[in-house]
Amino acid sequence: MPATEIQNIPGVLTPYIADFERFQRELPASEPAFVQALRRRGLERFMALGFPSNKQEEWRLTNVAPIAQGTFHRSGSDPDAVEPEQIAPFDFPAAARLVFVDGRYSGKLSSNAGVTGLPPGVVVTSLAEALAATPGLVEPWLGRLAIATIDQQPFVALNTAFLRDGAFIHVPRGAVTGLIHLLFLSSSEEGRPTVSYPRNLFVAGENSQLTVVETYAGTGAYFNCPVTEMVAGPNSVVDHYKVQRESREAFHVATFQVQGERNSVPRSHSISLGGGLVRNDVNAVLAGEGIDCILNGLYLVDGRQHVDNHMRVEHAKPHCASHELYKGVLDGKARAVFNGLIHVHPGAQKTDAKQSNRNLLLSRDAIANSNPQLEIYADDVKCTHGSTVGQLDEDAVFYLRSRGIGEEAARSLLTWAFASDIVERIQVEPVRKDLEEFLFARLPKGEVVRQAV
Amino acid sequence: MIEIKNLHASVEGNEILKGIDLTIRDGEVHAVMGPNGSGKSTLARVLAGQEAYEVTGGQVLYNGQDLLEMDPEERAREGVFMAFQYPVEIPGVSNTYFLKAALNAVRKHRGLTEMDALEFLTLVRQKMKLVQMEETLLNRPVNEGFSGGEKKRNEIFHMAVLEPSLCILDETDSGLDIDALRIVADGVNALRSKDRSFLVITHYQRLLNYIVPDYVHVLVDGRFVRSGGKELALELEEKGYSWLEELAAAPVSA
Repeated sequence: MPATEIQNIPGVLTPYIADFERFQRELPASEPAFVQALRRRGLERFMALGFPSNKQEEWRLTNVAPIAQGTFHRSGSDPDAVEPEQIAPFDFPAAARLVFVDGRYSGKLSSNAGVTGLPPGVVVTSLAEALAATPGLVEPWLGRLAIATIDQQPFVALNTAFLRDGAFIHVPRGAVTGLIHLLFLSSSEEGRPTVSYPRNLFVAGENSQLTVVETYAGTGAYFNCPVTEMVAGPNSVVDHYKVQRESREAFHVATFQVQGERNSVPRSHSISLGGGLVRNDVNAVLAGEGIDCILNGLYLVDGRQHVDNHMRVEHAKPHCASHELYKGVLDGKARAVFNGLIHVHPGAQKTDAKQSNRNLLLSRDAIANSNPQLEIYADDVKCTHGSTVGQLDEDAVFYLRSRGIGEEAARSLLTWAFASDIVERIQVEPVRKDLEEFLFARLPKGEVVRQAV
Repeated sequence: MIEIKNLHASVEGNEILKGIDLTIRDGEVHAVMGPNGSGKSTLARVLAGQEAYEVTGGQVLYNGQDLLEMDPEERAREGVFMAFQYPVEIPGVSNTYFLKAALNAVRKHRGLTEMDALEFLTLVRQKMKLVQMEETLLNRPVNEGFSGGEKKRNEIFHMAVLEPSLCILDETDSGLDIDALRIVADGVNALRSKDRSFLVITHYQRLLNYIVPDYVHVLVDGRFVRSGGKELALELEEKGYSWLEELAAAPVSA
């Protein structure tokens, strides 16, 4: 590994080694050996890879130097010390709610025990608890779904080195869950930036149905580095929502690794609203035949926000469909990067892959980079991709104004119109309503939009 | 109602309107006809306030006010309405709720109270009959997936709800079959009144069989070359535009 990049001068990684040693001492001695081995592997890979630099293709347009050069500490405070009022703005009725504060499970704020909304056999708990109580349910999957990613993506390796807590969901064969909400709250401590490494694992068994929402929110400066692994078992239907509403001072570098098995319907909806520097990786592996995979995304950025969505869809088997639609609205001096790869493996015939990224620029200083890619090694496939970067259609603005709608409201209505197809695809009502409220608040003359839609 | 004096307008540096004079009084229907590229749609868009068109000379008085000084939304609130040749599709914005927002913007400007949902629905149900609008089109996003005829009907429906004083129809007949044309024309005729005026822009005389104008003006190369009564439209139908184009192109003889 070349270690010449400025971010990887030895001093940059040293605090992580020291923290890893501290971390080891905090862990219970009774932990299963596979977890310890997994962490070691994560640390080794992170040390070997270092923080990525702009010289690496995958990180060409997203500069993580502010993270590499930052000083962060894992929070030592009690996750139960957070008051219920702090979670209220992000809360909604769900069959189960797990709350994590700076990456640590808060039993006090969570309501997963004895909730009638969950059918028997469904496990919704913290990963730390699952590792202690039912390691046999965790071991077949944890770190295995994302193993290639752990080896190649430094932030996934880093998360793996420090994995300890997060959400664990296990849906047995045939079970149908209600809505499960996972809320991750982060904050700086006495002005010092914290770091969290939430690690989530969702296992949806054969013929099951799972709907899960991850919400990320916080205050102040911090670095959030979550990894979610999910498997959609044969014939399962899984809806995964991620709502990223981190603080404007936050760094958020996340990976969602999903594996679909035969005839499953894995669907991912990623909504990115907050954060200062944001990177979302979504890696979908279609590992069986007949999978129908949906990947939707919406990002709304302004000021100096930077959001990077990196998508990778692996069509490993024949007769699978993947439909990807990511839309972005950029204002101010915001920057968005979209990189989408569809990789059709040899033999993955009858693949139906669609990928589209559309960006709406509301200001002259906003920049969107879009890079859809196809790598096709099968000959009987239907693959399309496309990307657009554009401004509001002035004829449409005029059309609305000619009906008496003021200019600002007209622009807001058309911005809404641009985002609406992603909003409408959100099936979980509280998530959709919250997003609508966010838009009404964000868009100038949002009250006219509220009235007109 | 409106008084246009020596109006000149350009788009991207090309002069399209080269001195238009036109006065429309309350309750009158004026038709503007002309060949493609003569400036008909430019006239409509300049009056509605599209910013891509630059007014380089002249004056437009609308009920005594300087129309050209007003923003498009101000003109709309003052009662100017243009039915678009190509209505715009707006996904995610409901046709009904959008119209309610537009109507309330207009009412607020006129010092009227905002309409509540029930009053508005009653109004809408009554107006949609004018253009035989199907109820499903109300609940769909504005113009999204509408056929050409449905879009034009929707324009007239918007007009009926907003109750403007000056209605500008920009080639509302283009792309319509005879049945759709009749429906649209019936809608327009139902809205004719002694204090509502119309400027009907069309390439074809056919529309004027259904919306019978008081005056017809022929626009060629940015100028009116002939004005007359409704019989002028029939003359154009018979002879085409070429004789007038030749007339316009002929040098002014000494």
